[in-house]
Amino acid sequence: MGELRLMKGNEAVAEAAIRAGCDGYFGYPITPQSEVMEYLMAEKPYERTGMVVLQAESETASINMLYGAAGTGKMVLTSSSSPGISLMQEGLSYMAGAELPAVIVNVVRGGPGLGTIQPSQADYFQAVKGGGHGDYKMIVLAPASVQEMCDHVKTGFDLAFKYRTPVMILSDGAIGQMMEKVVLFDPIPRRTDEELIKQNPWAATGKPKDREHIIITSLDLDPAGQERVNLKLQAKYRTMEENEVLYETLNCEDAEYAFVAFGLSARICQKSMDLARARGIKVGLFRPITLFPFPVKQLNDLGKKVKGMLVVEMNAGQMIEDVKLSVGCSIKIEHFGRFGGIIPTPDEVVKALETQIIGG
Amino acid sequence: MEEPFVKTEIRKDENIVYKRTNLLVDRPLSYCPGCGHGVVHRMLMETLEEMDAQQNTIGVGPVGCSVLAYDFMNIDMLGAAHGRAPALATAIKRLWPNKFVFTYQGDGDLAAIGTAETIHACNRGENFTIIFINNGIYGMTGGQMAPTTLPGMRSSTSPYGRDVATMGNPLKITELIATLPGVHYVTRQAVHTPNHVRKTKKALRKAFEIQKENKGITFIEVVSNCNSGWKMTPVQSNKWMEENMFPFYPLGDIKVDGKLIEKKETAEKV
Repeated sequence: MGELRLMKGNEAVAEAAIRAGCDGYFGYPITPQSEVMEYLMAEKPYERTGMVVLQAESETASINMLYGAAGTGKMVLTSSSSPGISLMQEGLSYMAGAELPAVIVNVVRGGPGLGTIQPSQADYFQAVKGGGHGDYKMIVLAPASVQEMCDHVKTGFDLAFKYRTPVMILSDGAIGQMMEKVVLFDPIPRRTDEELIKQNPWAATGKPKDREHIIITSLDLDPAGQERVNLKLQAKYRTMEENEVLYETLNCEDAEYAFVAFGLSARICQKSMDLARARGIKVGLFRPITLFPFPVKQLNDLGKKVKGMLVVEMNAGQMIEDVKLSVGCSIKIEHFGRFGGIIPTPDEVVKALETQIIGG
Repeated sequence: MEEPFVKTEIRKDENIVYKRTNLLVDRPLSYCPGCGHGVVHRMLMETLEEMDAQQNTIGVGPVGCSVLAYDFMNIDMLGAAHGRAPALATAIKRLWPNKFVFTYQGDGDLAAIGTAETIHACNRGENFTIIFINNGIYGMTGGQMAPTTLPGMRSSTSPYGRDVATMGNPLKITELIATLPGVHYVTRQAVHTPNHVRKTKKALRKAFEIQKENKGITFIEVVSNCNSGWKMTPVQSNKWMEENMFPFYPLGDIKVDGKLIEKKETAEKV
């Protein structure tokens, strides 16, 4: 068993990065995620593992530093919050196009615009549907605890290199700021340059005499070539859908109704589920952990067993579209949300279940 | 049957005095005839070959006319988004401190959309080389006004000439960068005559030698023509460049060994 610590979610991300063998972090301060870089700077990871930490001049620069480093096969991370992630969309699109691995943490705050610094889940569409220009997806992991903030960094790097894709950890201001106990995994040594070159023959690491020069780009001016790039990406996304879906269910075996929620909303729904069950309402909880690839089949199966679903989100109704696409129109599916930085209470979630689904 | 124009028998090893460097890929350049990019590509690749640096170099290309530079340079390269090359190069050099790293950027890329990335990489004193091609115009997109377009100069978005009152002044970003403490070597060169080509190559060699010593940014501006964008013949464009670009962008060293050169010594007589 690994080391047990009491940490903020943001700190857990930072410590996990060092332990995962991350080569570099590039970021820019923004509330509510600034503890990631603060922790890293204080921890001196260069002395611990050789990991480089650099405060960039903007989120635009951070994501392009990630692009550069990832193009040479290095394992790199950035973190930000909603307005900063909007600035990164250019780089994310380029990284998806050039098929580069990296982990990006979005500690979401309320929007639109400068919005608020309080927690929100309003960046679901941006994370899951692409965000930047062009037809692309990222693997999106949604942590619901400080433990998962830690674990998803390692999972994220594994998936990023397995598929050569940017992976987003879609968290929120509450998970980032709250302290919980976390079991830290044992440190993994950083790869040597020789290991990196061997494991990532696609990376631009300097051309030896015995191979062709490597070009990292998302450009193909020939439309037939660019269509091939797109088809390759789409095939990769289908493979992810087949192999990488993660989800969790609670009390779904005997459930007549189900809450569907991710991240912090799922934590709240756990309490709502207990309150409702105490009143005799048989409700379960379905929590997607990967938001892309989405647990389509598993939700469809659940839709055949329950009478209705309440999709609880800290936004105006975003994941509900994917829930409806997964389940179809055979049962009642309604959305309950609070937004702009308001966290729903377990009681109002139960009330919404009673009025919108059971009594509705 | 006609005799071939070139007699093959003169192509003998002992007759070869100059040939394409192996660090240039054997394919036609995408640049307009008369453009300076091809010459700079060649000088850059010859320099790296002479330093035996093919395996130890990672280059970063821009968006602009030289977006396809990576197709011609026979080294590992990344194509950056418009203006972002210095951010890529920063991370690459930090994570591969023993490699030569350079960016190759045009004036729109470096001095407009990438101003922040350029200035901050320079100010941090990153240890890579920036090769900056300044032709005073957006060439690839069809001759629009650039941050470096001269006052009164015509372009497709300043068809009556650049009016500085409404369109702003041309930006002397090289002089600005030279004032930053993280910058070790700044020079402005040209490639329109053999003499200038030799000087540019010397500057490139100097920049990469300095990079070995981790002394900070080395920055080489090459003032170049854009005969297509300027709507001139190559010969006319080179003359126009000498008469109009060089007085505004004087050639010569601007900062050497981390010290600014006095202005009167900077301007090369045109």
